[in-house]
Amino acid sequence: MQVVDKEPASGTSLERYPVAETICPVLKNEPVNDGYYHLVLDAAHGAAMAKAGQFFHLLCPATGDFTPFLRRPMSIYRIDRAQGRLEFLYKMVGAGTKALATLKPGDGLDIFGPLGQGFKLDEGWKHVLMVARGVGLATLAPLAEMAAERGVRVTAILSARSPEYMMSEDYLRSVGAEVVTVTDADGTSSVEDVERIVRTIVETEGVDLFATCGSNRLLTMLQRLAREYGIPGQVALEQLMGCGIGMCFVCVLPFRTPDGLEYKRVCKDGPVFPIEEALSW
Amino acid sequence: MVDMSVQIGRTKLANPVMPGSGTFGEGLDAVMDLNRLGAIVAKTITPEPREGSPLPRVVEYKDAFLGAIGIPNKGPDYFVREIASFYRQFSPPFVASISAPTAEAFGKIAADVSKPGIDVIEANISCPNLERDGKAFAMDPDATEKAIRSIMANTDLPVWAKLSPNAGDAPAVAQAAEAGGADALTVANAMVGMAIDAETMRPRLGNITGGMTGPATKPVILFMAYQVSRSVSIPIIGCGGISTAEDAIEYMLAGASAIQAGTINFIHPAAMLGIIDGIEAYCRRKGIARVSELTGALDDHEGMKLEQLASTA
Repeated sequence: MQVVDKEPASGTSLERYPVAETICPVLKNEPVNDGYYHLVLDAAHGAAMAKAGQFFHLLCPATGDFTPFLRRPMSIYRIDRAQGRLEFLYKMVGAGTKALATLKPGDGLDIFGPLGQGFKLDEGWKHVLMVARGVGLATLAPLAEMAAERGVRVTAILSARSPEYMMSEDYLRSVGAEVVTVTDADGTSSVEDVERIVRTIVETEGVDLFATCGSNRLLTMLQRLAREYGIPGQVALEQLMGCGIGMCFVCVLPFRTPDGLEYKRVCKDGPVFPIEEALSW
Repeated sequence: MVDMSVQIGRTKLANPVMPGSGTFGEGLDAVMDLNRLGAIVAKTITPEPREGSPLPRVVEYKDAFLGAIGIPNKGPDYFVREIASFYRQFSPPFVASISAPTAEAFGKIAADVSKPGIDVIEANISCPNLERDGKAFAMDPDATEKAIRSIMANTDLPVWAKLSPNAGDAPAVAQAAEAGGADALTVANAMVGMAIDAETMRPRLGNITGGMTGPATKPVILFMAYQVSRSVSIPIIGCGGISTAEDAIEYMLAGASAIQAGTINFIHPAAMLGIIDGIEAYCRRKGIARVSELTGALDDHEGMKLEQLASTA
């Protein structure tokens, strides 16, 4: 389907309009392990504008059996400003990600963004504790880098099925995070075990922010500890989206507010929300 | 230079391209120059605030969108105070879209939004998701005329009536809206539809029914625009699956004076600017001085019947 005129429209200059639709050459798109792919794009504009916790809305190419019509939101795994690159880590599940997996180096990918509210670091915070599971690790990785740039210490508790699914461990260490890994394989990843680790870190080292993504059970546990210790928390959520920029109200989820439950748009009001507002899903 | 301006009843637009209601938002000012649009059309508001439909709200097809959003909005006061005032910084006419459960309530909300900063009222008499059975004013000529009369009695602003492609007799509903005093007709809203998950044996939408939009709807609504434009004397605004300048031009040839691009904004958020540029380029290429000359310029050329072919052979 030909959907836009080929000439770039006047009135969309990247300098004046920070959120943009750009066609980015694929530099790498390779399986990392069972079902996970690592996508690297040449994306100077996106890399310059993106902030940790934001996402891009990807127009996955229609190929063969996979004909996604809507874009697919994808959290950023790495913002490489020096080289003008954006990296994504995705799990191949539906039509969109299966279509995405067909891209080869040199192909162009139409991306729209950066979009949404990212993670926020307050002045004076000294230590961020990240707890993530599965592909949720990818979403938190840019927060580790942002914290490192601001001289904020990061400890990351990574939970996965087994060590080979611990994709971001090396990357997180490379930006200076202290990494604790727990896995189902060696029986260290139960919520009770992770809670014990979190409590020890909070009580011995002090924590200014909990950040999490990817696990309902870990979210519930962190909400409880955030309340108990009076520590703020932020959670990155995902949801099926339409437009990605707040127009269509497709991606709403219910959140706790002082006035009771309220729908909020994951794309525009989030995808990063105060931890106490999120409901378990 | 192509004169891109069009006249929609009492309202002059710098060009014929505007967003369909519900497919536009404040966030787009970070994406493109909103002053290039022919008009800005807001998302529908209702007399009482609404949270919207239960989840899930969308099912996608190869080239269509089936959505049941349920008109989430914060009511007319918030709309006038926050949303209309935000858009005052932009030059295109600002169109409020209103919906209501009764003709009387339509009149009341029309009065509520007749405030500085709002230039036109589009009456969403066709949104299929308000009630679960998808019934709407725009299904019936009498209900349509009553609703439009009630609005006209309560505002001095120009009023556009947004029709439904589900009406059995579209020209009759269009004539009723014209009789009620509408300045123009938007043709049309989403087509009612549903989707079922065979595995779970449940509807795929939280609201059970939804509205289908996107490129797949274009042939149906293009015909409706053609048919309606021949049955009324007020201007038509085409809206249904428009994604490219070519789609927009087809609607104008069929009789539309302006067009609304909707679902495409979800996929290519700056698509409307490309559509404006494309229409202008087409006019230049065809030697058309004024874009308004395209309206109804269709050459109703029918293919030759076999008998005629035989007589010329």
